[in-house]
Amino acid sequence: MKKVEMICIVCPMSCRLVIDVDDAGAVLSVAGNSCNRGDIYARKELTNPTRMLTSTVKISGAIYDRLPVITSSDIPKGMMFEVMKALANVEVVAPVKANDIIVENVCDLGINIIASRSMERVN
Amino acid sequence: MYDVVIIGAGINGGLLAQRLSKFDLKIALLEKDNDVANEATAANSAIIHSGHDPKTGTLKAKLNVRGNHLWEDVCKELSVDFIRNGAFVVAVNDEEKERLKELHEQAQERGVPSRILSREEAIELEPNLSDLVVEALDLPSTAIVSPWEVTIAAVEDAMNHGLELFLHSKVVKIDKKDGYFDVTTAKGVFQAKVVINAAGVYSDEIYAMVSNNSHYQITPRRGEYYVLDRAAKPVVSRTIYPLPSEKGKGVLVVPTIHDNILIGPNSDIISDKEGKDNTAAALAYVKEQVSKTVKNIPMHTIIRTYVGLRPSHLDYDFVIQEADDVKNFINLIGVDSPGLASAPAIAEYVEEIISKMIPLKAKTEPRTPRRPWIILNRMNPQEKQNMFEQDSKFGQMVCRCELVSEGEIIDVIHRNAGARTVKAVKRRVRAGAGRCQGGFCEPRVIAILARELNIKPTQVLLDADDSTILVGETKENLA
Amino acid sequence: MKHYQLVIIGGGSAGLAAAVSAYDNGVSDILILERDKELGGILQQCIHNGFGVHTFKQELSGPGFAERFIDLVNQKHITYKLNAMVIHLNDDKILEYVSPEEGYVVIKAGAIVLAMGCRERTRGAIAVPGYRPSGVWSAGTAQRYLNMEGFMVGKKIFILGSGDIGLIMARRLTLEGAEVKGVAEIMPYSNGLPRNIKQCLEDFDIPLFLSHTITKIDGLDRVSGVTIAQVDASMQPIEGTEKTFDVDTVLFSIGLIPENALSEEANIDMDPKTRGPKVDESYQTSLKGVFACGNVLHVHDLVDFVAEEGSKAGVAAAKYINEKLQSGSVIITIPKEGIGYIVPQRIQAINCDKTVELMFRVRKQYKNVELVIKKDDEVLRVIKKKHLAPAEMEKVILKASDVAECQHSLSIEVVEVAA
Repeated sequence: MKKVEMICIVCPMSCRLVIDVDDAGAVLSVAGNSCNRGDIYARKELTNPTRMLTSTVKISGAIYDRLPVITSSDIPKGMMFEVMKALANVEVVAPVKANDIIVENVCDLGINIIASRSMERVN
Repeated sequence: MYDVVIIGAGINGGLLAQRLSKFDLKIALLEKDNDVANEATAANSAIIHSGHDPKTGTLKAKLNVRGNHLWEDVCKELSVDFIRNGAFVVAVNDEEKERLKELHEQAQERGVPSRILSREEAIELEPNLSDLVVEALDLPSTAIVSPWEVTIAAVEDAMNHGLELFLHSKVVKIDKKDGYFDVTTAKGVFQAKVVINAAGVYSDEIYAMVSNNSHYQITPRRGEYYVLDRAAKPVVSRTIYPLPSEKGKGVLVVPTIHDNILIGPNSDIISDKEGKDNTAAALAYVKEQVSKTVKNIPMHTIIRTYVGLRPSHLDYDFVIQEADDVKNFINLIGVDSPGLASAPAIAEYVEEIISKMIPLKAKTEPRTPRRPWIILNRMNPQEKQNMFEQDSKFGQMVCRCELVSEGEIIDVIHRNAGARTVKAVKRRVRAGAGRCQGGFCEPRVIAILARELNIKPTQVLLDADDSTILVGETKENLA
Repeated sequence: MKHYQLVIIGGGSAGLAAAVSAYDNGVSDILILERDKELGGILQQCIHNGFGVHTFKQELSGPGFAERFIDLVNQKHITYKLNAMVIHLNDDKILEYVSPEEGYVVIKAGAIVLAMGCRERTRGAIAVPGYRPSGVWSAGTAQRYLNMEGFMVGKKIFILGSGDIGLIMARRLTLEGAEVKGVAEIMPYSNGLPRNIKQCLEDFDIPLFLSHTITKIDGLDRVSGVTIAQVDASMQPIEGTEKTFDVDTVLFSIGLIPENALSEEANIDMDPKTRGPKVDESYQTSLKGVFACGNVLHVHDLVDFVAEEGSKAGVAAAKYINEKLQSGSVIITIPKEGIGYIVPQRIQAINCDKTVELMFRVRKQYKNVELVIKKDDEVLRVIKKKHLAPAEMEKVILKASDVAECQHSLSIEVVEVAA
């Protein structure tokens, strides 16, 4: 058995977690978290780490040329660069509303890329 | 065929070009960089010294005193700032009093106004002189200018009257022909009856292109400075000098035209003519030295440091003369301090030399005065609103720290000797020169330059050809 | 001269919150002056998530958080002007702003809320030796280019400063295809949120060099390299510990400075420790009817606190306009051992409803200490703290009744406890 220490990244509180892991790598217990999300995060992080991804895509007809976007849910950590590549050639046209789906089922992950904000059409 | 080709668009090349543009001459001004006033001219103490300090009998002494007399009128003619704020040389112990007295006598002999002040009298006028100061030499004819603004204005004025400016035109070869020179640059070959070598740290190399006998060698002397933010109450209102030494005038505290304070320079001989990097040792030296003359300096308000390379040579004095071995080739070599203070007198002196080579016929048409910089921040509300009504771009603020509008930036891009780079914009309108050092305005300045010059934002440079700012669009390099 | 009941300088998170709460408290004649093309302030370039955990119980992106407040401003039809920069302010509450729509306009305000935010400390301000090439920016400027203008600033990056802005940019640039070679931090600990060390550096194997600083930037025209060195206890580089990196870009994330040119012009009393105006319990500055909130008052870590502060300033401004803000006996707050500053700097108990909030930062990291709050040199409360850091703003909520009994001062100090 060993103790793994890690910082929880679920929210800015950044709780310092201490996780007991058995020799086979299974999580025995989680301590140091302030809420249940921390417990869930710790278990996931050691078996199938995921991350939220935020980025921008090109947009035309809006106040700026870039629209900030976010994954609708967390994606496998190892897929971050693949998803970034998938966004490289995406171009949208204003107007866009916050939470509009920009890319559906990105990289076949069953997760969408959604707009982080609205951008009106400007002429 | 040009009558005159001037190599180097610093303060000396620029003022000379402006003087010569009053005559019926075809003149070319060649500059290796992407802007005028880009080397020593942009990186000095910006002081018009009184002339008290150079050794008696030298060209430096003669031209500094004369230059100080001429400067105010030059600035008036070009519509640029000139402030005669005066200076003190301070003695920080009793031993220095003797040397202060010598400087005072030397000033008097030259007709330079000067007066010895007791500590009490000096403190009354400059309360932040250090506790070590025992006496001060008051030099009220000392002044300050913005050396690059003057140069830019001079070149603009000259171009308005026929001067041809060639930037990005480094001279690589000069061939002596029968009665003229072939001056070769990347932009082509310029034929000239008279060549003026005003190339600063490279003036020895330029002369060596036409002469095998040159014994001149430029040994750059590096000087490092701090720039302090403007303050409601500046720490000093006059330039404060320590007693000079063989290395130079010492570490100074200098108010600037734009209400900043400069602290520096040191003086280190280096071999690299492009060695313009700041060093920890020199910056520490400057900080330590300046505390001997002035106290209460708000060092926590530093906004920037910079480096200037003085084009010093092995001898003491200016070399401003027709080359011994090459007719119609005029050298300006070793024009370090007081080069700036002497500049209008140097231009006058060189004009005299040229007059013996080719006829100088004054133009008869009345001269159109240079249109001054548009500085909205100095206008009253009605004047500002009038500018805005002419062009709404004067209502779009771009630089928050220096209060510069888009209209003012566009104006300096399109003038003669206009801005083509981010640094050139900063030199002309101060956008990026303030406390945030371009953190807020640089993206906006780049967008304006790109639009006005019809280039892509990724093509906008900071200064030199390799100084790209933006390397590509977001995600360009991903897929 | 046009007159407005309330002018809010800055349409970022603080200004928007102040506008909404002033409106909700009965002020109808409000003008927000915003210098950028749209409302939202710095939030618009902070596209990462983590904003609004306290306010909305959600993790929004910066633009998402801003949109919530912008929607409220629009729903309530609060007037705002964009591309409008306030260029002068005097102590008569007369200000001058300029915009490409109207030109130079002078107006008078019944009350003002200062919400101008902050700027970044620059390379020049810390006099880093070396050349002064292109390729050197504060991290926030690089963030603006990347997220809003749509440009990459470089391909091989080194970052000085492990505050959140530096860490966020390390991740952002890596995801966009740049190579971030390292982050140096002069302190022996990072300033940023620990979650950001994890998800911005560890996730991408970007090395963090604690107790290191940059000693030289190379490159005459464009950055060609950077040298870092370890520092000793007095932050001086240790000879022989230098490491050089082949980079074309250096980003500085070395601190934020409240943007108070206008406050200084109006002769408002400033606190040298916060570099913002001194305020009382109602966020009123030394100039009657002028209030300050958000990063212009003191640099914050969480936008939720900024919005809260803005809201309170808006309430107070409304009270002032309705002549409900009173003057009473003043006590001062004194930051003692271990405390860098306290906001507010003065308190008038008469204006305190049920509670008074003191916001403060410690000067260095502490573990297992006690925060001792004293009322006129008498211990009022002792709070055990497992962990305190300068990068984490702390809040103490006191009862108004306790403050009312106070004669001259409230102080906070850190007391180290024997293990």
